Amino acid sequence: MSDNTMEGGQAIIRCLENEGVEHIFGYSGGAAIPIFDALVTTETKIKFILVRHEQGAVHMADGYARATGKPAVVLVTSGPGATNTLTGIMTAHMDSVPMIVITGQSVSWMLGKDAFQEADIFGITMPVVKHSYLVKKGNDIPRIVREAFHIATTGRPGPVLIDVPKDISAGPCTADLHAEMDLPGYRLIEGVDNDIILQIAEALSKSKRPLILAGHGAMISGADASLKAFAEKARIPVTNTLLGKGVFPETHELALGMLGMHGTAYANKAICECDLLLNIGSRFDDRILGKPEQFCKNATIIHIDIDAAEVGKMIQPQIACVADAKTAIDELAKHVPSLETAAWCRHLDGYKTKHPLKFKRQGSLKMQHIIDEFYKLSEGKACVATDVGQHQMWAAQFYKNDSRYNWLSSGGAGTMGFGLPACIGAAFARPDDLHVCFVGDGGFQMTFFELATAALHKLPIKIVVLNNHYLGMVRQWQELFYEDRTSGVDLEGNPDFVKLAESFGVKGFNLRRPGDVKRVLGSALSYNDGPCLINCEVEKTDNVFPMIPAGAAIEDMLIDPPTRKLEKPTGST
Amino acid sequence: MTNSEKVIHTLSVYVANKPGALARIAQVFARRGFNIESLVVSPAVDGNFSRMTIGCSGKPDGLEQIIKQLAKLIDVLHCIDHTYDQSVMKEMGLIKISVDCEGRSEALQIAEHFGCKTVDLTKESMILQVVGDPAKIDALEEMIRKFKIVELVRTGKVVMSRGQKRT
Ligand SMILES: Cc1ncc(C[n+]2csc(CCOP(=O)(O)OP(=O)(O)O)c2C)c(N)n1
Ligand SMILES: [Mg+2]
Repeated sequence: MSDNTMEGGQAIIRCLENEGVEHIFGYSGGAAIPIFDALVTTETKIKFILVRHEQGAVHMADGYARATGKPAVVLVTSGPGATNTLTGIMTAHMDSVPMIVITGQSVSWMLGKDAFQEADIFGITMPVVKHSYLVKKGNDIPRIVREAFHIATTGRPGPVLIDVPKDISAGPCTADLHAEMDLPGYRLIEGVDNDIILQIAEALSKSKRPLILAGHGAMISGADASLKAFAEKARIPVTNTLLGKGVFPETHELALGMLGMHGTAYANKAICECDLLLNIGSRFDDRILGKPEQFCKNATIIHIDIDAAEVGKMIQPQIACVADAKTAIDELAKHVPSLETAAWCRHLDGYKTKHPLKFKRQGSLKMQHIIDEFYKLSEGKACVATDVGQHQMWAAQFYKNDSRYNWLSSGGAGTMGFGLPACIGAAFARPDDLHVCFVGDGGFQMTFFELATAALHKLPIKIVVLNNHYLGMVRQWQELFYEDRTSGVDLEGNPDFVKLAESFGVKGFNLRRPGDVKRVLGSALSYNDGPCLINCEVEKTDNVFPMIPAGAAIEDMLIDPPTRKLEKPTGST
Repeated sequence: MTNSEKVIHTLSVYVANKPGALARIAQVFARRGFNIESLVVSPAVDGNFSRMTIGCSGKPDGLEQIIKQLAKLIDVLHCIDHTYDQSVMKEMGLIKISVDCEGRSEALQIAEHFGCKTVDLTKESMILQVVGDPAKIDALEEMIRKFKIVELVRTGKVVMSRGQKRT
C-alpha cells in the first residue's frame, strides 16, 4: 500500500472527523471490526460510547440530535445488530431527526447468499430512512459519507444509513477525503416566493382571530427567535405541537401551549374559533386534527412547510408556502403590522382562566404533581426527555418549555423505550446542563439496561420513573372506551426499581406520598455524583385530560372525565 | 367507478442511476395505495440517468401525493404527470393466436387493419406484432379475441412530451 492509502474503516473515521463528529454510539460485532479497529488505529478524538443494546444507541443519537440540532452517529454490526436499530431509525424518521447509522455488512461476494449475519438492512430500512447506501467500492466512502451528512441535515432532516461490507472497510481507500457530492436529484428549497408572502400578509390583515400553530419544522429551522419577534409584533397567539414545545415560550402571554389530543383546552378552543390558522412547520398530524374534514372548517388555513409533500397531504390549505420556516417568518414580519387582536386574546385568556390544566395535590400521589414540582424546582430549565404514555402527556402539559432543544419526546412513532437513552444522548451532548427523564414503568423496562451506560459515564441525569404499575395510557383507553375491560395492561411483576438502579451503581430514591414530593425531588436534584433514579409510586388509575378521542372533532374535546359512556374511537390508535 | 373505467395515469420519472432507486420508487406506490399497471425503464441520453414511464391507478386524490413523494426521493430529478397533456404515448404488443389455414385470411385482414406485422407463422398459430397507443392495442385485442389468444405480452407504454415541453 502506498503512503496515502488507508483502510476503508480508517477513511470512514477520518470523514466523520471532517464532519465534526464528536460521539459515536454503538455496539461491536464481526462485520464491523475493521471500523472499530480504525477507531484505535486512527487515534481519533471521536468518543465511542458502548451501549447495551443497539436500539439504545439509536435513541441516544436521536436525543443527542434533538438536544443540539446536530447529527450524531451510530455504529453497529451486521444482521441482528443492524436490525436492532430499526425501531430507533423509524422513530427518528417520523420526527425528522438527523442521524447517520453505519452498519457493518458481510463481505461483498457473499451478499445474497445468506452468509452468517447477513441481513439486507439496506432493503429492510428503505421505508424509514431519508436515504441509504450500500458501499460497493472503498473509494466511494468519502463521497458517500459527505452526501449522507448533507442529506441528513438539510431540508427536512432525517436518518441516513450506510451499509459497509467488511471487505470494503478492511480494503483500501485511496480517494481524496474531500470528495465532491453527486446528488443531481436532491435540490433544496431556497428563499421564499414573495407573492405568497404578500398573500399571507393580506390574509392576516383581514383576520380578526388569527392563530399561529408552531411545529417541529419551526424548531428545526431555528425559527424560535424570529417566531417570537413576529408573534409579538403582530400580536398573534401561538399554540405548539408536542414536538414544537419550546419553539415559542410556553409561559409567554401569547402562548396557548400544546394543542391536540391531550393539549390544553384553550389551545383546542382557539383552533375551533380562529378565523385564520398560520401553520409553521407542523405536518397536521392526526393527533392534532381530530376529524380532518371538520378541522378549522371556518378558518383560512395557511401552511408553511419545507417539505412540499406535506402540503395538502392531510389538509388542503388556502395558501401554501413551501419554504424554510425561519426564512418565511422573517420575510412575513416585514409585511405584517401589529394586528387588532386584543379582543381575541382577551377571549382566549378567558378560556385560560376557565379551563386551566389542573390536578389535586391531596389524596393519592399524582404524576402531574411530581412533574409540576420538578418544573418549579428546576426553574423550567431542564432538558426534558420523556417516554411514551400518560406520563408523556402530563409532562408535555406541566413541564413548560421556554426554549428550544429542551424537549425530547417520540411524537410521530410514540416509541416506548425512547426516554432513557434519549436523555443519555442529550447528556453526552450537553454535560453541563440538567437532564431529566420522565418515564413510565412500562417503557422504562424496555431500555433500562442503559442505566449501565449512564452510570459508567456518571451522567448528570435524573430518571423519574412514574410507576403506576400499569401500561397506563392503554388502560385509560380500555376504561373509557371498552367499559373498563382491562386486557394486557397490568404490569404485575415490576421489579424494585430502586434496587435495580443500585445494582447498576445508580443512586435510587423512593417517593410515595404527596407530602414528600418536594423533599425527595430536592434531594435528587442536589445529588451530584452521576445519575439517580426516583421511583414514584403513583395513583394507579388516573386518566389524562383534556382528551379528544381519536377521530373525534376537536369540538368534542373532553375537558374533564366524562360522565356518559363513550363510543369506541374511530381514528387511528 | 368500475374496474374497466378506472383512470390509468401516466407518469414519467427522470432518475439518477443509483442502487435501490427502482425499489424506492416502487415502495412509494405500494405504501401510498397505488397500483403500478405498467413500468418501463430505459437508459436516458446521459447514461447516468434513466427514464421511467409508469402507468398507475388509485384514488384520484392520492396522485398528487404520489408525485410529490416521488419527487422527494433523493435520486429522482423530476416526476411529471402526462395523463392529460396529449403527449406521444406508444406501446408494443405481441399476440400469439391459435389459427389454422381456415381462419388465417380473416386474422390477417384484422392484423392489416391495425398495421400489425406477422412475426411468426406456423400451421396452427401466428404471432402479431402491434405498435401504437395503448387504446389501439386494446382494440386489436378485442377484435382478435374471436381466435384463441394463446399468449399476450405488452411492453407497457412509453411517453414523450411534444415540442419544447420536457418529459
Ligand atoms: C414499543 C411500544 N409498544 C407498545 C406501545 C403502545 N403503548 C402506548 S402507551 C403504552 C403504555 C405505556 O405504559 P407506561 O410506560 O407504564 O406509561 P404510562 O402510560 O403508564 O404512563 C403502550 C403499551 C408503544 N407506544 N410502544
Ligand atoms: Mg405505567
